[in-house]
Amino acid sequence: MARQARQWRVGAAGIAGVAVIGLTLSACGGAKVGDSSSDAGGSGGSGKCGTFNLAVNPWVGYEANAAVIAYVAENDLGCKVTQKDLKEEIAWQGFGTGEVDAVVENWGHDDLKKKYITDQKTAVDAGPTGNEGLIGWYVPPWLAKEHPDILDWNNLNKYAAEFKTSESGGKGQLLDGDPSFVTNDESLVKNLKLDYKVVYAGSETALIQAFRKAEKDKEWVIGYFYEPQWFMSEVPLEKVKLPEYKDGCDADPEKVNCDYPVYKLDKIVSAKFAKSGSPAYDLVKNFTWTNDDQNVVAKYIAVDKMTPEAAAEKWVEANRDKVEAWIK
Amino acid sequence: MTVAMEKTEKPQKTGAVEPPAPARSVRKISRSMVIGAILVVWLVLFALLRGKQTLALAAADLTDLHRWFNDVNDSIGANRNSNPLFLYFFNEIRLVIDSLVTFVQELISQPSADRPVPQIGWLGVVGIAGYVSWAVGNWRVALLAVAGFTFLGLQGLWQESMDTLALTVSAVFVALLFAIPLGVWAGLSDRFNRIVTPLLDFMQTMPTFVYLAPLTLFFLIGGASATIATVIYAAPPAIRITAHAIRTVPQTTVEAADSLGATRRQALLKVLLPMSKRTVVMGVNQTIMAALAMVTIAALIDAPGLGKTVVQALQSLDVGTAFNAGLSIVVMAIVLDRVTTAASAREEEARRSKNRFLAWRRPLLGAGAAVTAVLIYLSHTYIWAAEFPGEGGVGSSIASAADTATTWVQDNLAGLTNAIRDVITNGLLNPFQSLLTDSPWWLVGAVLIALGVVLGGPRAGITTTVCVGVLIGTGVWSDAMTTLASTVVATILVMLLGIVFGVWMGRSALVDRMLRPSLDAAQVMPPFVYLVPFLALFGATRFTAIVAAIVYAAPVAMKIIADGVRNVPATTVEAATSAGCNTWQIITKVQLPMARGALTLATNQGLIYVLSMVVVGGLVGAGALGYDVVAGFSQGQLFGKGLAAGLAIVLLGVMFDRITQAAARRTSA
Repeated sequence: MARQARQWRVGAAGIAGVAVIGLTLSACGGAKVGDSSSDAGGSGGSGKCGTFNLAVNPWVGYEANAAVIAYVAENDLGCKVTQKDLKEEIAWQGFGTGEVDAVVENWGHDDLKKKYITDQKTAVDAGPTGNEGLIGWYVPPWLAKEHPDILDWNNLNKYAAEFKTSESGGKGQLLDGDPSFVTNDESLVKNLKLDYKVVYAGSETALIQAFRKAEKDKEWVIGYFYEPQWFMSEVPLEKVKLPEYKDGCDADPEKVNCDYPVYKLDKIVSAKFAKSGSPAYDLVKNFTWTNDDQNVVAKYIAVDKMTPEAAAEKWVEANRDKVEAWIK
Repeated sequence: MTVAMEKTEKPQKTGAVEPPAPARSVRKISRSMVIGAILVVWLVLFALLRGKQTLALAAADLTDLHRWFNDVNDSIGANRNSNPLFLYFFNEIRLVIDSLVTFVQELISQPSADRPVPQIGWLGVVGIAGYVSWAVGNWRVALLAVAGFTFLGLQGLWQESMDTLALTVSAVFVALLFAIPLGVWAGLSDRFNRIVTPLLDFMQTMPTFVYLAPLTLFFLIGGASATIATVIYAAPPAIRITAHAIRTVPQTTVEAADSLGATRRQALLKVLLPMSKRTVVMGVNQTIMAALAMVTIAALIDAPGLGKTVVQALQSLDVGTAFNAGLSIVVMAIVLDRVTTAASAREEEARRSKNRFLAWRRPLLGAGAAVTAVLIYLSHTYIWAAEFPGEGGVGSSIASAADTATTWVQDNLAGLTNAIRDVITNGLLNPFQSLLTDSPWWLVGAVLIALGVVLGGPRAGITTTVCVGVLIGTGVWSDAMTTLASTVVATILVMLLGIVFGVWMGRSALVDRMLRPSLDAAQVMPPFVYLVPFLALFGATRFTAIVAAIVYAAPVAMKIIADGVRNVPATTVEAATSAGCNTWQIITKVQLPMARGALTLATNQGLIYVLSMVVVGGLVGAGALGYDVVAGFSQGQLFGKGLAAGLAIVLLGVMFDRITQAAARRTSA
């Protein structure tokens, strides 16, 4: 009996406690969810645009393009923008499955173009972004300054011994390998008869870290890199001159003996999106800007650690004239 | 972390069945002599045949098999909209899982239809976490859960954390839905168990990168693909552990039930399942941990949550932000781990403190439920209880502290770390690697098979032969040998650390308590977070990959060895002490030899864990198989090669697992 009584007492105390807490809390309740509907809806939207699925490939330059386009689409066109963080390969795959409407900075990728534009016809080209992409071999600035002749590939063998590392098996180390980019470097080393070994760093992070440390500690590093890239504004790497690119000199991967071509970066959209009549498609199609524009936004994001939205807002408000040209 | 605890128990059990080997000391000497002879023959032949028939394949080169994989992948992509298998099978699965994920997300993390915030705000979630932890565990883990979840909010990562939690909860739910019935089946039927075990090995060791891209082809980008990727990796431990739990229910109990006239169904529901409940909960625990390990990888196919924060921060090498998000994952993992561990231990505790406890329990539970309901209501209704207040100041201080710490380490220790790297690379890794990669393939294959037979017995020898054969078929033999060299070196270092710290922890409970949280953290912290400082310390080299693997694998080895040392009977140690042994002698002559089973098991787990880091190693300069997999994920034309490399990793894993497990059974016999 005593036990049961105790049970009751506890139960009652518990319920009383709950009631007290409940009363106190609702007395000083504060704003209710749904009370202030003013900031919830955004700019309303024209309804015509609808949802715009924008792929975001994992590098900061791309993020800059995507952030600006998303900002304009949301604020000027009233679209609902869904940004999806995806690697290139998967983003292109998304054109077919209808999950991705646009890729807004594409580096070459002739294989993907053949597969999705020519063969499957699920994607179409939406013109250049105005950015020019360079790929090549780069050295840290201190090295270019102290040994200016290193910027010509003919002199690379002279310095090969300096580039030796624990990984390069007695030869000079050519640090390669953001796995997302096609590289001809093994063929290049062979065909230009360079005394180097290609070592695969395996990620952009690894490459940047290697160059950053090389500049700080005056180490000898030569590696594969590309621009526009936010890291260039921190450490302005110098490009090594390789034999000039001529049309078709890279046709046979085994026999490549020339520099990489200049990539006209472009935009790719899904075939369905291109036909949809969405104002977002016109925005994507008309969007162009310069390498400097992109570097500014990329620097906001990577160096000043702004969110992509804030970075985009800052740039758009400062460059209204350019934006107007895209959406007129 | 996944298979560790199951296997800790296995060898003793199976070992007891085997007949003790007579005249073991004689056989042992001859065995090590045989191994020595194999190695000498290898070295001699290596010197003679160096550089011949090495099956090397350049980074961009493909074999016919790789091209065929590519074609299969392409044709799936091209036909997905017309194929009935997609229309009526994969799409249905995707729909179900997608709605499950969306439902959980709208409950706790994402704004739902007409509301700017999720249905249950932070106060409600913290309340539920505390209440559930208390109900299934005890009040101590409830406090931990409340503190942990509040900390996530203070870090400024509430929504990201809840997205991660939502995905984890959905994935674990789906995983258990399949895993527990399959586990019971595997526990009851030896035949099914034999069929399913290699499949589980495959699911656990095949690098996720390999099937991430094809998954989005089958299940589209988004919650469903992320959940399924997580399920593939997280379900196997629950299946294995459930099967193990069913198997270890004493035979006599089952027979007693039989003789009382219980039907099969009754025996299962009333005897087997209740008696194995405790172990099954440990399986749930392992599944949760495995699911959390997938958080950053799932972010690569747009899974929302903390993983995204980590991946994005690393694009601009923002270590601080990445660390802050990584810490959230660690906190969540530790909370979930402790709660489930407490849940599995609770039943016994409750039985011990029976009467008093039970009488109070029910009314208290009722009251707790009422309080939780009020909290949920508040968080549903009021903004202050729905959105976590504050700007996440704690998070930014953690981030900047982490930044300062890494900068200091990078600036001050780089000289030392480079020296260590060069010593180990030139002294150990390079010679060993050239022995493996420059020997003819048939020589290395023969050596591996011979070692398999000598160490693991004829059955392990057969497995090794099959693995070597298929490995050659994958076309990435040379890369596999490079990876093998790094893996073995990493495992040796893991075992050195494991023995030093494991013995220390095993001998002192205080040390154990102090080290254990950092070991847990090292296991769940996403490797992406510490790769950047490691790159600064060691450069983009194979050694960086080895260090990353050690960070992940050494804790397991330490825990297993500490356990083994602790299980040496106290009386034996006392006897040795009274016989005048000093501490060093006790360790080397008594404790380590008697923990031999644990040492072999630690080697097994160390190796498997090191292998699971091969892909991460590929991101920081390890090259070989790891890079093949990463590149295959990134470039369409390398997909087939990446798949082949993934297969090669699985084969290496299976080969070592079978050899070391057979060896473990032998040593503990």
